[in-house]
Amino acid sequence: MLRIKCPWCGVRDQTDFQFGGESHIARPETPEHASDAEWANYLYFRKNPKGLHYERWVHSYGCRQWFNIARDTLTHEIIEVYKMGEQPSTRSDTGKANKK
Amino acid sequence: MNSYSGFSLFRNALTGHRHWSRAWRDPVPKKHYDVVIVGAGGHGLATAYYLAKYQGVKNVAVLEKGYLGGGNSGRNTQVSRSNYFYPESGAFYEHSLKLFENLAQEINFNVMFSQRGVLAICNSPHEMELYRRWANAIQMNGIDSKILSREGIKKLIPHINLDCRFPVYGGFIQKRGGISRHDAVTWGYARQASAAGVDIIQQCEVVGMDSSDSRVTTVHTTRGTIAADKFALCVAGHSSQLAAMAGLRLPITSIPLQAMVTEPVRPILHTCLVSAHIHVYVSQSDRGEIVIGGGADLYNSYAQRGGLPVQHENMEALLELLPIFSRLRLMRQWAGVCDMTPDVSPIVGKTPIDNLYISTGWGTGGYKAIPAGGDTLAHTMVHDQAHDLLKPFQLDRFETGHLIDEGAASGVAH
Amino acid sequence: MRSRVDNPARLSDGGLIDRNKPLQFSFNGVNYTGYEGDTLASALLANDIKLVARSFKYHRPRGVFTAGEEEPCALIEIGEGDARTPTSRAPMIPLVQGLITNSQNCWPSVNFDIGRVLDFTHIFWPAGFYNKTFKWPSWHTWENLIRKSTGLGQALTGPDPDHYEQVNAHCDLLICGGGPAGLLAARTAGRLGVRVMLVEQDQSFGGTLNWEQVQIEGKSGHSWSLNIIDELDSMKNVMLLPHTTVVGNYDHNVTTLLQTGQGTAWRECFWTVRPKKILLATGAIEQGLIFPNNDRPGIMLASAVRHYLNRYAVVPGRNVMVATNNDTAYQTVFDLARKQIAVSTVVDIRTEVSEEIRQGMADLGTALICGVRISDTRGTRGINKVSIESLDGKIMGSHQCDLLAVSGGWSPRLHLLAHARGKLRFEPASQSFLADTLPPGFTVTGSAAGCSKLTDTLTDAIRKTNNICSQLGFTGKHATAPVVDKDALGSTKTVTAPLNSGKHRQWIDLAHDVTLLDAELAVREGFVSVEHFKRFTTTGMSVDQGKTGNLNAIIALAALTGRETADIGTTTFRPPYVPVTLGAIAGGNLGEFYAPRRYLPAHTLHQQLNAHFADYDWQRPECYPRAGETVEDAVHREVLAVRQSVGIFDNSPIGKIEVRGTDAAEFLNRVYINNVLTLKPGRARYGLMLNENGVIIDDGVFVRLSENHFLVHTTSGAVSRIVAMMEEWLQCEWSHLRVLIDDITTQWANFTLAGPRAREVLNALGTDIDLSAKNLPHMAMASGSVAGLKARVARISFSGELSFEVSIPACTAQHFMQTSLNLGQAFGITPYGIETLMVLRTEKGYLHVGVDTDGSSTPDDIGWGHVARKKTTDYIGKRSLFRPANLAGDRKQLVGLEPLDSKQSIPVGGHLLPGTEQQVPVRTEGWVTSACYSPNLKRYIALAVLAGGRQRLDELLTVFDEDRRIAVKVVSPLFYDTENERLKD
Repeated sequence: MLRIKCPWCGVRDQTDFQFGGESHIARPETPEHASDAEWANYLYFRKNPKGLHYERWVHSYGCRQWFNIARDTLTHEIIEVYKMGEQPSTRSDTGKANKK
Repeated sequence: MNSYSGFSLFRNALTGHRHWSRAWRDPVPKKHYDVVIVGAGGHGLATAYYLAKYQGVKNVAVLEKGYLGGGNSGRNTQVSRSNYFYPESGAFYEHSLKLFENLAQEINFNVMFSQRGVLAICNSPHEMELYRRWANAIQMNGIDSKILSREGIKKLIPHINLDCRFPVYGGFIQKRGGISRHDAVTWGYARQASAAGVDIIQQCEVVGMDSSDSRVTTVHTTRGTIAADKFALCVAGHSSQLAAMAGLRLPITSIPLQAMVTEPVRPILHTCLVSAHIHVYVSQSDRGEIVIGGGADLYNSYAQRGGLPVQHENMEALLELLPIFSRLRLMRQWAGVCDMTPDVSPIVGKTPIDNLYISTGWGTGGYKAIPAGGDTLAHTMVHDQAHDLLKPFQLDRFETGHLIDEGAASGVAH
Repeated sequence: MRSRVDNPARLSDGGLIDRNKPLQFSFNGVNYTGYEGDTLASALLANDIKLVARSFKYHRPRGVFTAGEEEPCALIEIGEGDARTPTSRAPMIPLVQGLITNSQNCWPSVNFDIGRVLDFTHIFWPAGFYNKTFKWPSWHTWENLIRKSTGLGQALTGPDPDHYEQVNAHCDLLICGGGPAGLLAARTAGRLGVRVMLVEQDQSFGGTLNWEQVQIEGKSGHSWSLNIIDELDSMKNVMLLPHTTVVGNYDHNVTTLLQTGQGTAWRECFWTVRPKKILLATGAIEQGLIFPNNDRPGIMLASAVRHYLNRYAVVPGRNVMVATNNDTAYQTVFDLARKQIAVSTVVDIRTEVSEEIRQGMADLGTALICGVRISDTRGTRGINKVSIESLDGKIMGSHQCDLLAVSGGWSPRLHLLAHARGKLRFEPASQSFLADTLPPGFTVTGSAAGCSKLTDTLTDAIRKTNNICSQLGFTGKHATAPVVDKDALGSTKTVTAPLNSGKHRQWIDLAHDVTLLDAELAVREGFVSVEHFKRFTTTGMSVDQGKTGNLNAIIALAALTGRETADIGTTTFRPPYVPVTLGAIAGGNLGEFYAPRRYLPAHTLHQQLNAHFADYDWQRPECYPRAGETVEDAVHREVLAVRQSVGIFDNSPIGKIEVRGTDAAEFLNRVYINNVLTLKPGRARYGLMLNENGVIIDDGVFVRLSENHFLVHTTSGAVSRIVAMMEEWLQCEWSHLRVLIDDITTQWANFTLAGPRAREVLNALGTDIDLSAKNLPHMAMASGSVAGLKARVARISFSGELSFEVSIPACTAQHFMQTSLNLGQAFGITPYGIETLMVLRTEKGYLHVGVDTDGSSTPDDIGWGHVARKKTTDYIGKRSLFRPANLAGDRKQLVGLEPLDSKQSIPVGGHLLPGTEQQVPVRTEGWVTSACYSPNLKRYIALAVLAGGRQRLDELLTVFDEDRRIAVKVVSPLFYDTENERLKD
């Protein structure tokens, strides 16, 4: 069971939260101008990395706030928690987490 | 290669079983093959088998980073069925089920396919309407299914708690569905593929790919560089990583699915029981263990490690339906990594890269598709055109919107 | 009951049992006596019962092999009736008064088991034999014959009479194992104020101190441990959990424990602990030796012999031999000698032993034969003879004995480390696997970390605990290790003998009956990877997960393939460490506690009205049958009442979401396919919401209460989903929009007054709202008071009748409904339920999302394509509607159906075939989504989705429903009041 630190409420069990998939996926600015391929890319195609993954969660049974985490999908280690609209300080250039 | 039969077993017993030969060769990788298949799981091995045995392509290598059959092929709950809603799915999985029915003879290896029936029950009146829609759809597809009343279910599973918190309203059964031995399927295909000339190369991890002109030329492995005319990726649980090596991005999310078994007990459950509402599926193996599956952890993971909440959910669901198992004990739990597509249907066939083929997105149900997946992918690779059964399952459906979302149409998660 | 000598194998004194508390128990129907402090295993051995079980595959006679949870042989059924527990490990069962125990997997008895025929014919059943045969005509044919003999215990068929508890806990340090290392670690950390949980699977703390003859700080190991336990017991920050096993480790070190109750209201308690640090002080498990016929009753681990002797004063044999490959087994010789039991012979695989041991054996008169191994054993129901040979196979005679103590080295208990994905490395000196890389938060100490001397263990525990405490921020006077005055023989250095290739079977895994022959066959057939080997032979896949078998298997595999043991690797131990009762994992979350029921605020009144309830997420009345009425009768009556006079419906679960803010209209305009911006305050509009795939996820009426204030209605099952969806878009995508969302569903009760006389009832209740059609037309809302209550009244209709949705504070629901029934009596008011509503809406062709739509339905499919297309601005899912698949002409569209024979019902879930002659299999044209008998039209009607359906009115189709075929005609889905006249006034 993951233990996730909600930036508003603190560390809670995974069962308090819901997973929202990969973060930082840009919705096409003008969807009507997006090609079928671009729209499919936005809707369905994901990095799905083995290693550092930027993803969003919501504290459903708490403050109902969304936030981002950087988590290793192999070890489940949570490297960073950051708010919506923010960028992570950890980078995945090498596929590995580099701590700040 | 010895032939397996009751007679050969008897004859070998008299000589202390000293004359059995290796199930498969352990070859040194060659520099070049006609076809290189990455991943010696059920799908990779079956593809190699059908290529060598039926498509006349014998210069084939299957590369496996660990040991063959060690991924999801050896981690699933072994259920085979073809009770699908859409005709496209029904046709494909029915082909697979038919191959399963004759698989032991086909590969001279008893895969212990036990057609004890797969029973799906429903736990609300609305769900019963959806199940009727689903069961009728299966019959429309020309596949066996039978709607059952509560009494019919009780007859099959006398110990079921029909009046649980969400009472059972009925269900339907596909009698030809059943369970088999997952190891036997991979071993059986490996044995015959190897005998037909396929090189199965274990402990050989693909670490990179070279390509030019939209073609993959070679793969770099921990056992050297290997070139081939055509490549196939059959790497459930790692599809995104291997595809990325070829510069390909996929509509795949990898999530862990758990399974667990109890201590063995004498036979008590003779049907595979599935409830979508009370999320659990359960059967009893031929060893006597109760095999339990259910919900998946809904987040990206490659840890092959199941979470605790799902374990609780599965047990609560199981005991709600079958309270007699309360004193049984959980012996082992494990997880496999499932490659999920947005519509939870597979992607099998060509890719935007000319000589690269893929078999992925099998979600939580790739095991039952192994024979058909191998057969049709082999056909597709040889003809460089999707096999008829695979046409609906191509990658471009995510652009056109022709999704095959079984759960959406039947209202039931698969 | 026959009379016999009581406890013939019990010494007259010693041990940690309470001889003043004899306990009666039965085994296979015969009564015996044991003592408080005994386990089932020690009590059986005390009564000289050696043959206690039959093996899994070959039904070989088996006895007690170990003294712990690793037991692979003595698997016993305990209890009776519905409280039976099959496959219980005898060494782990505390003896209690009246315990009923029986052997399992044998018939007619454990002493004579017909199943043994499989043993005599074993040559035909090598590993994986079933893969080679039973293929023709099909496995299923054979399966029915073979399956009966599978399994181990007998499954229960009744309800579990016991209860299970669950506890959640947090701590700084979870110490797994209450032996010398664990106790010392707990005291060290406890004294510094660390919140400690100390978990021990045995009933008593102490571990090896309970049975090894050691002295610490001038005291016996046992009394030293009691002192520590007393101190720990007094610490408020230390929680002691005896009789509790650490069973699993999960993400972020969440760890599960299984506690066994005694004299408690619960049988077992399942703990979920969230520790900051985990210390494994789990000790090590002694391994057996591989030699021919090494599975007979009377063959026992050397440490287990000491355990039974010293802790329970039980002598499992009087004529003892020892076979070993390391020094620790010699302690068994010394301990037995102290009780005047001579060990005749020690057989040591090693060619050299220390002078100390050699002298010790000589002093005791025990023959020590080095550089030899056992070549065979005899004795059906218990060992009676051991033959030995040199390592190169030269026969060296045989010896009588009734107990053979064996030691094949020690394997640290690192299963939890494996759960957490820690890595192991092979240490050749001890021929065992030790921790290599530790997962975050883990520390291993004591013999689990490879310490073989007690002094090392205690020093290691102190040092590592001090480290952990510092990491946790607890500093203070760090303790030093206590002095060990007398240790047991410690060195676990060992060697592995070459495998014996004799003709007799040699067991690798006792629990699953895997022999060296199976291993050889596996290697011969190429199953040489450790995982293939495991799966081919099934080694380690039994209930003990190979606690005494896996190391043997790895060593055998190395020997058979000529590889180094270190190169073989290990298989992965899976949770749980010991099998865990399913009931404990489920706890109390069953039956009514499986999922809570949601009751309407006026539930009591519905009960009084004899409502027929059903679970629609909420417990809702389907209808209100009167005396003698069936559900169908009641629904017909209620439908007619609504159409002819007036009905009242409890619609409280309808989703109600308030959306406010300066950007509320803009936000909702992006959420709905409809134009929200043009809606005037006080007016309502029916809207559809899509997901980004263009699929309809909900429908409902939204109301503009004021310029920046909306009330969104959702279907009752969808409200939390829709609120979550709105929040996600607002927080993650459109965070610049100034909007607040509030789910007020349960704050407001909601009643529908529907029917031609609805307005009269509402006026009779008394309201300050002008209810005239001019002031409050269809799709309008007003606030005011009704029946003296604060109310919102909306003219929305899901029945096709003049209809007022009255929202009032939830706490007044019962009062409002009762008042309405009282005052409405004059107008013929009738309460109606949701089944009735379904008939009313089907007559009007009103869509029910999730019933008439599915996860692929788009606005165009239900006839709303023009709205979706016309809107110029973007909304969620719009782009997806323009993909090729969404523009195709054969999409399934909502239509109505009528049976050609009006007396024929149409089954929901039936599929549509073209024409009236079509046979299956054929591609489906669509399916029936809703159907009912219309009491107003006096015929059956249905809604369906049909490929290209809107172009196919009047076409004849066949509904396919398993064995039924119904001829139907495609019609408009609007069956009743097609011009909507009844909504106008």
